[in-house]
Amino acid sequence: MKIMKKDRLAAFLQAVSGEMPLFLPVEKGETTAFARYTGEETPALSSVRTGISPKDLFFPQCETLYTIKTDSPGIAIAPAARAQEDFAVFGIRGCDVHALEVLDEVFLRENTDTFYQARRQHGILLSLSCRRPDTACFCTVFGNDPAEPPGDVAVTEGENAWYWEEKTEKGRAFLKRFASFFREGDAVPCEEEKEKIRQIAARLPFGNLSLQGWGAGQTARRFEDPRWEKLAQGCLGCGTCTFVCPTCQCYDIRDYDTGRGYIHYRCWDSCMYSDFTMMSAGNNRTTQMQRYRQRFMHKLVYSVENNSGLYGCVGCGRCVTRCPSGLSIVKVLREMREEEAHV
Amino acid sequence: MCNGGEKLIPQVGKITAVTVQTPDVRTFRIEKPEGGKLFRHEPGQCAMIGVPGAGEAMFSITSSPTQEDYQEFSIKRCGSLTEKLHDLQAGDFVTVRGPYGNAFPVHTELKGRNLLFIAGGIGLAPLRSVIRYVLDRREEYGKVTVVYGSRSREDLVGLEEIETLWKQQKDMQVYLTIDRPQEGWDGHVGFVPSYVKELPLSLSQTVLVCGPPIMIKFVLAALQEMGFTKEQIYTTLELRMKCGIGKCGHCNIGSKYVCKDGPVFRMDEIDELPDEY
Repeated sequence: MKIMKKDRLAAFLQAVSGEMPLFLPVEKGETTAFARYTGEETPALSSVRTGISPKDLFFPQCETLYTIKTDSPGIAIAPAARAQEDFAVFGIRGCDVHALEVLDEVFLRENTDTFYQARRQHGILLSLSCRRPDTACFCTVFGNDPAEPPGDVAVTEGENAWYWEEKTEKGRAFLKRFASFFREGDAVPCEEEKEKIRQIAARLPFGNLSLQGWGAGQTARRFEDPRWEKLAQGCLGCGTCTFVCPTCQCYDIRDYDTGRGYIHYRCWDSCMYSDFTMMSAGNNRTTQMQRYRQRFMHKLVYSVENNSGLYGCVGCGRCVTRCPSGLSIVKVLREMREEEAHV
Repeated sequence: MCNGGEKLIPQVGKITAVTVQTPDVRTFRIEKPEGGKLFRHEPGQCAMIGVPGAGEAMFSITSSPTQEDYQEFSIKRCGSLTEKLHDLQAGDFVTVRGPYGNAFPVHTELKGRNLLFIAGGIGLAPLRSVIRYVLDRREEYGKVTVVYGSRSREDLVGLEEIETLWKQQKDMQVYLTIDRPQEGWDGHVGFVPSYVKELPLSLSQTVLVCGPPIMIKFVLAALQEMGFTKEQIYTTLELRMKCGIGKCGHCNIGSKYVCKDGPVFRMDEIDELPDEY
């Protein structure tokens, strides 16, 4: 177990950011988000979840795929460069690392997305266990432990120290590189901190949500459920849930006219929007109920079937805090829970 | 093949011929700028064609894989991108990435079978790839029957090829129909689904259906009424697509992505999908 004194963190972050780009949670206006650390920022480590997920560091909200020049005879296509340098992400929570595991299934398993792949290969995840899970958290429902975040190095905050555990070869190399900040020490105090986290997690209000009746093979019984109609009535179709969601992976591809050529870029899209499925020949989802149902069927059934058993939700709680109509996945799991009459 | 090993990066394609097929359908012949085919494909597969500034869309490949020099795409003018495409001429350039999707099972289930093709309007485009392939490998397949309908005589895509080549083939029957009576048309008048019911079709045939969704729906019903089973009917689905590799989410139905798991589905497979296509 590697241990760092609490007051050494600033110097450590400074040292890391001198060697490679370092991203961590900072306050941004009224919310928090991951941003590149320049030495000026105060890390926002007290709130359990950033307003905007770190998904953006691996799957940017907007990124160029290639540029096109059309002035010469023909068309010249110049693919955008893939990530080439290592970078570190400090303070990413377990739920958000689990979300990357879902995105890995989507982007890496077949037809590999090399843009995403390069960022995953170069990104070093220094994940942080959740000292203060809050009332919107429900990661435990998906079998995740807020005290044991996956990542390359798992960090746990104690009263007077930070505890650092290497989880991968990449993490081992990273800790070795910055060895001067750590001393070897006893794992007991760290385990005590984790136990406190688990005690909080056990009392979370959404911790008893059930996935009974969801998962692979449940399309037939869930798709036609009349409760979707009632649930979706308040959905504004604003798409906020999809943009704050760390596992939502839908994207659009567009051209931007620079005046001297075109930038062919992709950007996040949302299945909650009416034009998401619109073609000149028609639209296969014309109502908000159909779009609302698609989002949750995808997360609770289709994702499980396609992504090695992983749900498309990690219980981060962002949609719980952000949906203007209170129609998050928690509402779906509660309102559509299996009848228990036959049990 | 795509550019740089990344399936989202296209190749440059050169249009080497444009054929006006109907008032709103043109067929584009596309090759590498230096000549030669952009990639190999199977009948039923699609490719993403783009006009810089106007975007990209998925189109079925209408040429046969046995055509060694180029690919052809029959494209109906029906939106902003296809409007731009219809302005292009031989010598102009487009971006092309693909091929995407599965294909009609020409090497397996269709082999040695009597084949019944049923198409409506621009829906002949993907089936034409199979028909041409079958005609080039004639000894590997049984009898071929084509039922094809459009709004009018002028809307029958590739009528010349049908009249001069297909109708002259041995062991091949072609039935044409148009929606409304028209001067100079002495063939059948009426919609495809009802025409199918009138024809002397054999239940031994394996059926490939493509056309407007409403036509497909009624044809499938008619076929089942006649005694065809779901396991002997293939059709294609068409949904909005962006990436072509099952990631961007637009064409997702149930746990399937039409761009990757389709566009070709056997009817019993379609039955397992949630009803939103």
